[in-house]
Amino acid sequence: MFADRYDPLQDEMVSILTPDGCCDETLRPDLDDEQIRTMYRQMLTMRLYDRKAVSMQRQGRFGTYAQMEGQEACMAASTYPLEPRDWIVSSYRETGAMWMHGVPLKLLSLYWMGNEFGSHMPDGVNVLPVSIPVGSHPLHAVGLAYAGKYRQDGSVAVTYFGDGATSEGDVHEAMNLAGVYEAPCVFFCQNNQYAISVPVREQTASPTIAQKALAYGFPGVLVDGNDIMAVYAVMQEAVERARRGGGPSLIEAYTYRLGAHTTADDPTKYRDDAEVEFWRSRDPLLRVQKYLHARGAWSEDWEHELLEACTGEVEQAMNDAEAVPQPPPQDMFRYMFAEPSAALREQEAALLAALQVQQKG
Amino acid sequence: MPKKSMRDALREALHEEMERDDSIIVLGEDVITHGGPYAVTRGIDEKFPGRIRQTPISEAGIVGTALGAALCGMRPVAEVMYVDFATCAMDEVVNQMAKVRYMFGGQTDVPVVLRLPSGSARLLAAQHSQCLEAWFLHVPGLQVVVPSTAYDAKGLLKTALRGKDPVLFMEYKRLYTNECEVPDEDYAIPFGQADVKREGRDVTIVATGPMVPKALEAADLLSPEGIEVEVVDTRTLVPFDKATVFASVGKTNRAIVTDEEVKRGGTSAEIASLIAEECFDALDAPVKRVAAAEVPMPFSPELEKLVVPKTEHLVAAARELVG
Ligand SMILES: Cc1ncc(C[n+]2csc(CCOP(=O)(O)OP(=O)(O)O)c2C)c(N)n1
Repeated sequence: MFADRYDPLQDEMVSILTPDGCCDETLRPDLDDEQIRTMYRQMLTMRLYDRKAVSMQRQGRFGTYAQMEGQEACMAASTYPLEPRDWIVSSYRETGAMWMHGVPLKLLSLYWMGNEFGSHMPDGVNVLPVSIPVGSHPLHAVGLAYAGKYRQDGSVAVTYFGDGATSEGDVHEAMNLAGVYEAPCVFFCQNNQYAISVPVREQTASPTIAQKALAYGFPGVLVDGNDIMAVYAVMQEAVERARRGGGPSLIEAYTYRLGAHTTADDPTKYRDDAEVEFWRSRDPLLRVQKYLHARGAWSEDWEHELLEACTGEVEQAMNDAEAVPQPPPQDMFRYMFAEPSAALREQEAALLAALQVQQKG
Repeated sequence: MPKKSMRDALREALHEEMERDDSIIVLGEDVITHGGPYAVTRGIDEKFPGRIRQTPISEAGIVGTALGAALCGMRPVAEVMYVDFATCAMDEVVNQMAKVRYMFGGQTDVPVVLRLPSGSARLLAAQHSQCLEAWFLHVPGLQVVVPSTAYDAKGLLKTALRGKDPVLFMEYKRLYTNECEVPDEDYAIPFGQADVKREGRDVTIVATGPMVPKALEAADLLSPEGIEVEVVDTRTLVPFDKATVFASVGKTNRAIVTDEEVKRGGTSAEIASLIAEECFDALDAPVKRVAAAEVPMPFSPELEKLVVPKTEHLVAAARELVG
């Protein structure tokens, strides 16, 4: 429906919930107030996690951290239609999406603290570890989708990447392969308008990213990424299409990174306050708040309750992660191959012996 | 003489050469606003408008277009944010840039300089911390440069920018802020000249990049014990200055070869076998190597410390050789 009606070549963008919190009733997806309240809570948790993560980094308790403030609707609404058997293959900015799909906040925190075990997914959680080389991972989603199709297990693979990643050849190879294989894959591009300091107009001469899908033979939809209803509706359509054998889709979620690229970045060097302020007024949480408020489904008391509960949840997760000891030296050798080679065993023994000498001396 | 950091020395070399030669252009991701990940190219846009181009995130694109531009007389200096991402451009580096002069029967110059931030730094993990010299070393047609000081970095970058063949210029992240005396006057350091950074009679440490300051530290620690270490900084790996290395080993009769790479198949393997092959008679003991274990760089800061080769490893190796 959206894929047919919204032409990315004409810059047409799906939007359902306006920044004032008014809903376009003709397009309203099947989400009741309770579901919207749940998503609001999830977005709030992401926001609180993000802010706390930045402060943890400043205190030297997290490593460099990639912020997601402003992109919460993309993550909450795009994962909402997924089933546990579906896969998520994301970049470093999708902490919220990974959490939504079952990775505990404690593990995610462990990752950001610099511990490989943070990427050791719990059984049954279909999420791949973050790959840092930009644009390297959508191909893996195509592989997962292809395997799902081969086994007829009904799973869909969703891959998240940024606007900048669309400049990498690998991303185009992924889309091309997915098109040819008719793989049950959804490409979810969060166009947050910057790749570090580089604005999206320096990445591509296409007016939209969504339109690139057309050349690969599948639909591309541009959606307001700060609008949970629109993201949910478009995503649900793409996931259903993939699940029933209709092949891949590309979704371009038009959004904005309100924070820095990472804690190592200073965004004031490349964008002005007025632009950031404009996007603050389009805050994805604010508009849900307004919407719920108008329907009598939001109150200040509830907000306080939520803030307290979600802050507690976030802090607990980070404290739990901090209580995890550093991995033992053996770990580095243990996870190289299914069975460590003789050379690795030798190196492990040498390192342990050296450490023992050190301890004694 | 003024003291400068390696970052500033590299920046100076770029500015001075761009002033001298207007065929030099700069390409890379984020190279204008942030000056690349380590701010080396900061300020070029103001001084040389139009001659620095921020690219899409597209390493194969960066190297391939740099190569194309070089084939018609430009001198591109391309930055790939981390050497880890040079792997995204390996076809362009290995199959194209390295071979095009040969395949044209020598008809064309290929003056491309790839700047490649390398090595460990705290908490950068497996995909941001690699040392990949050995990969490039193995491919005929590429020159590989690994400066260890600000002085060498400036002089070597100048030679790179005046040459006719592709250069992979390894910039070690941990060395960017190291300072030393760097003259304001123009100078260039020819490729293929190793530098004896410290003289000694008992054992030679042949070191590259970040292991050079550690070798010097080891030499300081060993001297009071009566072990005098000679430190040879290779400076360029291709071309390689065998003569200086062999002369040193000829004098000390003992050699340690060290780099920050994974030991297996690393640069140290190449240098150690050259010594064994061509300098065997001078040796009083087998060549020792100090390099990293066969694992990716762990994310955990505690484990990372165990993987990056350290001064104390060099000290221990020297004691074993001399004792
Ligand atoms: C292959 C590769 N090249 C360069 C980098 C350095 N880098 C890290 S993030 C980034 C920008 C990515 O921008 P985008 O894809 O828009 O995603 P965003 O960070 O905005 O979510 C770059 C260039 C990298 N990690 N991998």
